[in-house]
Amino acid sequence: MKIAVCLNHVPDTASKISVGQDNQSIDTSGVTFVVNPYDEFAVEEALKTKEKVGGDTVVISLGNDNNKESIKKALAMGVDNAVLLKTNEIYDSLSVAKILANEIKTQNAEIVFFGKQSVDYDNGAVGQMCAELLGYNSVSVVVGLEINGNKVRAEREIEGGREIVETELPVVITTQKGLNEPRYASLKGIMAAKKKIIDEKIPENCSNYTETISMKKPPAKQPGRIIGTDATAVPELIRLLKEEVKVI
Amino acid sequence: MSAYRGVDYLDLDSLLSEEEILVRNNIYQFVRQEVIPVIEKHYEEGKFPLHLVPKMAELGIFGITLPEKYGCANMNNVVYGLVMQELERGDSGIRSFTSVQSSLVMYPIYTFGSEKQKEYWLPKLAKGEVIGCFGLTEPDFGSNPAGMLTKAEKTDNGFILNGSKMWITNGSIADIAIIWAKLEGNIRGFIVEKERKGFTAVEMKGKHSLRASVTSELILDNVEIPEENLLPQSMGLKSALMCLNQARYSIAWGVTGAMIECYLSALDYSKSRIQFDKPIAAYQMTQEKLVYMLTEITKSQLLNLQIGRLKDQNKVKHTHISMAKRNNCEKALEIAQIAREILGANGILNEYPVMRHAANLHSVKTYEGTHEMHTLIIGEDITGFQAFT
Ligand SMILES: Cc1cc2nc3c(=O)[nH]c(=O)nc-3n(C[C@H](O)[C@H](O)[C@H](O)COP(=O)(O)OP(=O)(O)OC[C@H]3O[C@@H](n4cnc5c(N)ncnc54)[C@H](O)[C@@H]3O)c2cc1C
Repeated sequence: MKIAVCLNHVPDTASKISVGQDNQSIDTSGVTFVVNPYDEFAVEEALKTKEKVGGDTVVISLGNDNNKESIKKALAMGVDNAVLLKTNEIYDSLSVAKILANEIKTQNAEIVFFGKQSVDYDNGAVGQMCAELLGYNSVSVVVGLEINGNKVRAEREIEGGREIVETELPVVITTQKGLNEPRYASLKGIMAAKKKIIDEKIPENCSNYTETISMKKPPAKQPGRIIGTDATAVPELIRLLKEEVKVI
Repeated sequence: MSAYRGVDYLDLDSLLSEEEILVRNNIYQFVRQEVIPVIEKHYEEGKFPLHLVPKMAELGIFGITLPEKYGCANMNNVVYGLVMQELERGDSGIRSFTSVQSSLVMYPIYTFGSEKQKEYWLPKLAKGEVIGCFGLTEPDFGSNPAGMLTKAEKTDNGFILNGSKMWITNGSIADIAIIWAKLEGNIRGFIVEKERKGFTAVEMKGKHSLRASVTSELILDNVEIPEENLLPQSMGLKSALMCLNQARYSIAWGVTGAMIECYLSALDYSKSRIQFDKPIAAYQMTQEKLVYMLTEITKSQLLNLQIGRLKDQNKVKHTHISMAKRNNCEKALEIAQIAREILGANGILNEYPVMRHAANLHSVKTYEGTHEMHTLIIGEDITGFQAFT
C-alpha cells in the first residue's frame, strides 16, 4: 500500500504579510515559512495509517528549493520518501491539483492525505480537485478516520455538527484540526531523515486557469469603543447591539 | 506550529548544521506547546511537571550524545547544548531535570559503569522509565565535596552505605541515585535503587527558586547494596567532577536560553508600553539596556558554540567549561533582572516569564560550582596558584 501526503510550505501565520511591488503577490522578504499547519495533521495521519495498515509513505510538495525545509520536517517525523516537484512558478488551485495528481498516479498511491486548506491562498480546493482528476473518492475536513481493508469510515466536520461518511479506497482525505495530534520529530527521526533522499522532479508545464489581477490588504480595523466598565453600561450596550450593529 | 524565534544578531545560525537547527527548532516547538502553557502553575504549586517526562523521552533528549545501542540518539555536543538552551527557555527546572538525567546519571553509568550496568540501565533511563538523581553535595560539604562524610563499607557480598546528601535534584522522584561515598577513603560512585532498605528521600520545601524542580535530602541509613552496584571505573573525586563538567556544559547553554527568553520579553514589552506618549523602547536608557542584553547573549552564544565544537573534537578543557558556566550564569541573572526592570510592575507578574527566570537563575548560579569556585578554577589554571584553601 502506498500512502501519499501532499505538503505545502507557507508563510508562518504569525508573520506580518504585505503586498509586493507588483500588487499581485505577497512580499516574501523577512517572512518565515513553515509547514502548512493543516498539512501537519495530514502527515501525522499518513504515519498513523502506515503504522496500522502497513505500506510506504511518500511526501509530495510542489514549489522551489525552500520547500525542502518543510519536506525534511515530514521526513524527520517519519515519512519514508519525498518528492519535490520543483518550480518557481506560482500556480492556481487547478494547476497545482493537476501536477500533484500526475505525481500521485506515478507513485501509485491509494490513500492520499491533504490538509483541508493551505493557509496562504486559503482556497481549500486542491485535495478535492485531485480526487476528481484521479477518479478517487474523497472526504474533506476529516476529524476522525478508520481504514479497514478497502473500507473507509470518516467523520467530517459540518456546520454545527459531525457527519459520518463511508467510502472505499482509493481515497483522498483532507484533514482538519482535531483529527490527531501531530508528533514531534524525534532525534532519531531527524538522524534517520538525513539518509533519506528528496527526489527532485521538474513538473510538466502547466498554465493557470485564473489570473491574479491585484491583491490588497483588508481595511484597517476600526478602533474599539469602551461604553463603560460596570453593570450600568449594559442597557447602552444592548441598545447599540440592537440599533447600531443590529446583531441582536 | 509557528516558526522558530530566537536571538541571532551575528548570523550564528550559519555556523550550525541543518540538523542542529532542525533539532533546536523542534525542541522550541515542544517548549512552546507543552512547557510554557503549564509551567507557571507548576512553579506556583512547587511541582515538577512529571507528565512531560515520557514526551521528552520520545523526543530522544535523555543521554542525547550516547550511542544508539543503548537507545540514545548519538548526537554531537552542540545539539546537546541547543536542546538545553531551548528547554531552559521554558524553565530552568525542566533543563535541570534533563541535565541530571543525562549528564549526572546516564553519563557516569556510561563512563564508569560495567557493560552489564550500561545495558541494563541506559535504555530505561533514555526512555524515561527510570529517573535518576546525583548525590554529591552534603549538608556540610558543598563547594568542598572532597570532605564528604558519606561512607561505603565493604561486606562479604557488597557494601553498606551510611550518610546524607542534600540539595539533590530529582531526589524524591528518582528511581535510582548515583551516590558518591568514600570507600576506604577513596570517593567512588554507587548505584542505589530507591527500594533499598534504609534509603529515604525527603523533599525540601520553602524554595523561592527552581520551584518547578524537585530538590531533596537523601538519607542513607545502613543501606545494603550488592557488589554489582559499584560503578567499577569510578576513581576518586575526579570521576564525580567529570560528571559535573558535562552538566556545567549544559548549564552554560541552558542559561543562554533563559537570557533569550527574558530579552525577547523585554524587547516586545518595551515596544508596546507607552509612557510620556512614546514607547519606552524609544528612550535611550531602555535602548542601552536592550543593547547590553543582546550583546551579552551574543557573547554567550559564541562561547557555547566554540566550547561545543572543542568538546566534539575532544579538545575541551574543564577550565573552558568553567568559563562558560561562570560567565553565562552571571550574565543571565543580570539580564533577567534588567528585563524585570524594563517590564516595570508587570515584571513581577507570572504573566511574564522574567521573574521566574530571575529566581531560578539564583540556583543555577550556585549549583554545579558557584561563581567563586569557577573563578578559582580558572584562576589556578592561569596563575598556577591554587587559591581554594
Ligand atoms: C536547587 C539546587 C539543586 C541542587 N542539585 C544538586 C544535585 O542534584 N546534586 C548535588 O550533589 N548537589 C546539588 N546542589 C548543591 C550545589 O551543588 C551546592 O549548593 C553548591 O555546590 C554550593 O554549595 P553550598 O550551597 O554548600 O555552598 P558553600 O560551599 O557553603 O558556599 C557558600 C558561599 O561561600 C563561597 N565559598 C566557599 N568556599 C570558598 C572559597 N574557598 N573561596 C571563596 N569563596 C568560597 C561560595 O562560592 C558561596 O558563595 C543543588 C543546589 C541547589 C540550590
